[in-house]
Amino acid sequence: MICQGRVWRYGDNVDTDVIIPARYLNTADPKELALHCMEDIDTSFAANVEVGDIVVADKNFGCGSSREHAPVALKASGITCVVAGSFARIFYRNAINIGLPLVELGDDVKKIKAGHIIRIDLAQGILENTSTGEIFKVQPLPGFIREIAQVGGLINYVKGEKA
Amino acid sequence: MGMTMTEKIFARHAGLDHVEPGQLIKCQVDVVLGNDITAPPAIKEFDRIGKPVFDKDKIVLVPDHFAPNKDIKSAEQSKIMRDFARKHKITHYFEVGRMGIEHVLLPEAGLVAPGEVIIGADSHTCTYGALGAFATGVGSTDMGATMATGETWFKVPSSIKVELTGIMPEWVCGKDLILTLIGMIGVDGARYQSLEFTGDGIASLSMTDRLTISNMAIEAGAKNGIFPVDAITMEYVTGRVTKTYEVVQADEDAVYERVITIDLGALSPVVAMPHLPENVRPINEVPEIKIDQVVIGSCTNGRIEDLAQAAAILADHAVHEDIRLIIIPGSQAVYLEAMKLGYIETFIKAGGVVSTPTCGPCLGGYMGILAAGERAVATTNRNFRGRMGHVDSEVYLSGPAVAAASAVTGRISAPWEVVK
Repeated sequence: MICQGRVWRYGDNVDTDVIIPARYLNTADPKELALHCMEDIDTSFAANVEVGDIVVADKNFGCGSSREHAPVALKASGITCVVAGSFARIFYRNAINIGLPLVELGDDVKKIKAGHIIRIDLAQGILENTSTGEIFKVQPLPGFIREIAQVGGLINYVKGEKA
Repeated sequence: MGMTMTEKIFARHAGLDHVEPGQLIKCQVDVVLGNDITAPPAIKEFDRIGKPVFDKDKIVLVPDHFAPNKDIKSAEQSKIMRDFARKHKITHYFEVGRMGIEHVLLPEAGLVAPGEVIIGADSHTCTYGALGAFATGVGSTDMGATMATGETWFKVPSSIKVELTGIMPEWVCGKDLILTLIGMIGVDGARYQSLEFTGDGIASLSMTDRLTISNMAIEAGAKNGIFPVDAITMEYVTGRVTKTYEVVQADEDAVYERVITIDLGALSPVVAMPHLPENVRPINEVPEIKIDQVVIGSCTNGRIEDLAQAAAILADHAVHEDIRLIIIPGSQAVYLEAMKLGYIETFIKAGGVVSTPTCGPCLGGYMGILAAGERAVATTNRNFRGRMGHVDSEVYLSGPAVAAASAVTGRISAPWEVVK
């Protein structure tokens, strides 16, 4: 799978409360959630995000609440991949489970800036910053987590496993 | 090589003799929990699998976040969960009037036990580590899949040993300990790891303190926060837990990635300043900050001992004229007990409002939302930007004694400023 798109850039500890504030959790409809995605950290996001865009952040992305509505809102906004220095564990799990690709890049993430265009080849494990020409190696997901991601999420994986 | 408590519980539930950090395992689950926000999407995913529930006695559903329902949309969400509970004859569905805040309710009702593996579609599911169980938060898809299969996957975490010594001074509580620890290691200081509390100091920690400490393990990024099972644990679970369970203790030669020692006797009441739980300061170093609202309650501090601390301060003092004090007992049982002990009367006479159990204001849902520029002291667990309302409001986290004292003075205050 290849993702290529424009970068929305955020800092450390982006919590799930700002990705999708709880005042909108009286629905689980992805389209409605997308209307308010990132609202408390970036009021320009929901109106300007385009299909194929990529969110890039520093450490501990997705900390806080376990609300799966957070990766769901990002995915429904058109985000095809989230790249971060590191991820909070529940967000990481949830994103894999719903089929939203993640790339954990460590300190190299600092070299990616807002508005850059990046291209990620998940199968080859390569992230290319086409705006700067830099190329980064991406660690593959381990063991059956990779299988869950490859079939598009946990439910497909469970169905396949039991078939 | 020995195993930590978490490793031992995982090995037993995965049918393995031994597990080690980093290993990917599939594990049997003893309890699966969901609430009115997370269960509806979980039910949607569950239905896609097309299987019956794995065990109607091991699924727990609690409408607590936006219940009693705050609007039509939340009523629709609660109805999805209620209809599911009826259709699948879920034993432990708690209707409004019998429910409580989930992490206050489950231990109280004896639904979680030492040695178990518990997952919940709520990040504060880690609360049950206080009982010597492995408990962690997951998302809705994990909950939905586990309701069908009875199992889930984990990466075995490495562990941080938190060695507690000494005894907490007056006015210091479990909240001050966990906030102090988060201040030391940061909001990602235990990311993907297990916090295992040990040491002589544990014997002086009540079950309420332990539940508060384990509850906020997630605020350090931890997968779980677990306590050894001792006489205090056994006294708590005896008479509550009727199912069989297996107590697990860490091996003496268990391997920890890091050891952190905290002298309970050296702790002071603390406050976590906006907008991260790691911005912790001892109460004596907090400048004069005028506030608008105080919230006492939540899955972190909504138990009877928490309300007792607040009542001790509010018994002889009125709430400041500029302050809205909102007190939320964590369950119906806590509410009743607080009535019997006279706390509810104390709170109302002092000028506070007492609500039915709900998560409400903690996550900015309802029942105490802040306007732009307003500040609250809250005994809740998160002070992220916009957490309790407007994006330009502020939340200061503390234990119940600091919160109650602040309600009296109208600014962030130490308990000894009010109770001489």
